[in-house]
Amino acid sequence: MFARVALLVLKKDIAIELRSYEIISTTTFFAAACVTIFSFAFTRDDETMAMSAAGIVWIAIAFSGTLALSRTFERERYGETLKALLLAPASRPAIYVGKLLGILCLIFATEILVVPMVALMFQSPLFNRPGMLLGLLVTGTIGYAAVGTLFAAMLVRARTRDVMLPILLYPITIPVIIAGVEGTTALMLSPPDEAMASLWLALLAFFDVVFVTLSLWMFEPLMTE
Amino acid sequence: MSDPDAFDRVDLTDLSRNFGRRRAVSRVSLALRRGDILGLLGPNGAGKSTLLSMLATLVTPTSGTIAYGRWNTKEHGVEIRRRLGVLGHELHLYPELSARENLQFFADLYDLRDAGVVERALDQAGLTERADDQVSSFSRGMRQRLALERSLMHQPTLVLLDEPFTGLDDRAVGIVTQRFRGLAAAGAILVVATHDLDVADGLITRMAVMQAGKLLLATDSGTNVRQQYRALVGAA
Repeated sequence: MFARVALLVLKKDIAIELRSYEIISTTTFFAAACVTIFSFAFTRDDETMAMSAAGIVWIAIAFSGTLALSRTFERERYGETLKALLLAPASRPAIYVGKLLGILCLIFATEILVVPMVALMFQSPLFNRPGMLLGLLVTGTIGYAAVGTLFAAMLVRARTRDVMLPILLYPITIPVIIAGVEGTTALMLSPPDEAMASLWLALLAFFDVVFVTLSLWMFEPLMTE
Repeated sequence: MSDPDAFDRVDLTDLSRNFGRRRAVSRVSLALRRGDILGLLGPNGAGKSTLLSMLATLVTPTSGTIAYGRWNTKEHGVEIRRRLGVLGHELHLYPELSARENLQFFADLYDLRDAGVVERALDQAGLTERADDQVSSFSRGMRQRLALERSLMHQPTLVLLDEPFTGLDDRAVGIVTQRFRGLAAAGAILVVATHDLDVADGLITRMAVMQAGKLLLATDSGTNVRQQYRALVGAA
């Protein structure tokens, strides 16, 4: 029942996005613009350029992720459809998971563009260990989106939601972003520091467990006024 | 309303809700029974929508209780919501999806396994011809009819309607009021918050008038609505 509801919400979100491509086009464009601006902003000192790539990847993910979060919940605000979801005889945490999965799909789609783009524009060895990079991206994105989905849902009725979302989200997800940046940097060393990257990966997995558990626990009370 | 497990009454006892220092609903007590069509009347800001939100389990009372038969929201939230139908100010529809897709999504969410439920709802809404059109292309009245059928397709026991006649033409109002009478006759409890006193007169079987969060009147009469309302609240 839980998985069925979560998948229903995910399927609905994908169907709506496929009608307009509104969120995916804006987030990828925004992320690409971020990366391009950064590539011009940094001086062309080879090592600095290459090593800053890790930070650029995660900044682009965080910024475009915020955009995806606010646009996704803006849709649910229009027509108060989030209220309709909360009125359904379904587990409210399952609705949270459905929304989270939708956000993850959007951010992963953005990453498919951003990561190769950063590797190319910054001439950085991001793909030294593609498997571990994938692990860092997946765990980091889950941690970021787990908190983001909770806050975006909570702020859906707030007039200042667009301002409040980054103010609330960034301080709490700083550990996730730092772990992502450090893990990615470790993979770009020559030779790659796999032990260090594994440590950051484990830390990200730990954050995921904590953030997802807390969000599942807090979603229902936060969504009831 | 043949659901044997459903509640047959809803009791509100000393129900209050504060938003910060503002008291939106103040010590309201009411008893609703199957077959009732309660007209919830009052000027803007009277607390009608807050009361409906509390009945819909979306807002927690600051004090007081709501009992749905022997159920309460804390322990039986899912069971209660399965038997709730809500039509609010906003229509709870996805404009990017078609009428059929909207109904199918909510039918799946409510785990309605009857294959014909979506087609019947489309038929009731008079939208069979436009079933595959995006809701964004519909007029307000068409959306309102679709939203109403969306909120009723799981045959709820408690139906909460906030301004259900908005955007409907005369003919549609007639059809919808007939539909409400049919639901009440089948044993549903209807709560209709409206400013349309002419439509309410003759539809509702009971009346509750609120002002500034307080319940001014709760009567078993559903006639002479305008006169009673005017006597309590002023010109309407």
